[in-house]
Amino acid sequence: MQLVLIFISAAIVNNFVLTLFLGICPFLGMSRRVEAAFSMGLATTFVMTLTAALTWIINNYIIKGFDVPYLQNVAFIITIASLVQFVEMYIKKSSPSLYRTLGIFLPLITTNCAVFGLALFGDLKEFSFIQNIAYGFGAGAGFTLAMTMMAGIREELRFSAVPKAMEGAGITLIVAGLMALAFMGFSGLLTI
Amino acid sequence: MFQEFKKGLWSENAVFRQLLGMCPTLAVTNSGINGLFMGLATLFVLVGSGLTVSIFKNSIPKQVRLAAYVVIIATFVTMADLFLAGSVPEISKSLGPYVPLIVVNCLVLGRAEAFSSKNRLVPSVADAAGMGLGFTIALVALGIVRELIGSGAVFGVQLLGGWFEPWLIMMLPPGAFISLGIMIGLINHFTDRRLAARHQHWE
Repeated sequence: MQLVLIFISAAIVNNFVLTLFLGICPFLGMSRRVEAAFSMGLATTFVMTLTAALTWIINNYIIKGFDVPYLQNVAFIITIASLVQFVEMYIKKSSPSLYRTLGIFLPLITTNCAVFGLALFGDLKEFSFIQNIAYGFGAGAGFTLAMTMMAGIREELRFSAVPKAMEGAGITLIVAGLMALAFMGFSGLLTI
Repeated sequence: MFQEFKKGLWSENAVFRQLLGMCPTLAVTNSGINGLFMGLATLFVLVGSGLTVSIFKNSIPKQVRLAAYVVIIATFVTMADLFLAGSVPEISKSLGPYVPLIVVNCLVLGRAEAFSSKNRLVPSVADAAGMGLGFTIALVALGIVRELIGSGAVFGVQLLGGWFEPWLIMMLPPGAFISLGIMIGLINHFTDRRLAARHQHWE
């Protein structure tokens, strides 16, 4: 039950994109088409779930085990970069069709702040191993949700008369603001 | 060299022009002072990593250059993080994990890859300093707007009197998106008009 609550909390109540501002770059840059946004979300969810498991082990057994908190940032980013590299190599070998769908997004995920932020916020929350994986999976699902919704709205926006100066970044940010406002309705639902 | 420094301030401003480094821009600008410290921390990391990358650019193998840049950046971020925690603990606490998140700020890696890895030491530092200063200006500007409307104060000094009902929404996540969207729209509006006027003048 608690795992479900952690999942919902990370996916909806404390949505990574709309309340914590993590993963804004792909959210603004990659959300022009629904299919691309959804694939990007799936690839990110996959990497985030694995990241949650790996960084928990590294954080608890290496960073805390040897008491070297000043190495945390370097250790996390190396873990994420190599994880993404391995995932890319594995998918390329095992499933070429999946690679064609997700492949181009994988290198971008290394510098996605949602993945690195997940490692940092997971550390602050002091979850257990399983709880941290639920947190990572929920955060990825929330990212996918926000990306897909944004892409859906932007596909419609192309046919509406937006003031010239607001085209592109301006109107996208305003739409994101309205979405964040809607998501604020969930705040206080859960306190995890 | 001054040209390299100047372009980051306005014509290639990271936030308003290139839309880079959006996470910290939106997350920590609920007050001017938070924006200022976040901007200065990023400025330090940009200059430090630009300097290091341009010194070692010939000895880093091409295949692992991105990993090497990321480690260099992470080292400077840790330095900035520990310095803030030691010297201004309250601000460090309110910035929270967003200081370590400078590691994945696309602006920093972008400058290392696009500029410092191809240029000599002095232009790299000038470019990094200009970009960092432009980023700081953008963060402080957004922070001031949000703080003024959201609480009636600027840098903690109450400016608007009791008649002003603060718009709480400006301090919350939606306020960040909406105010940045409007600021970018206004900047586009006025610069486009100025460009159009200049074109007419030439024709």
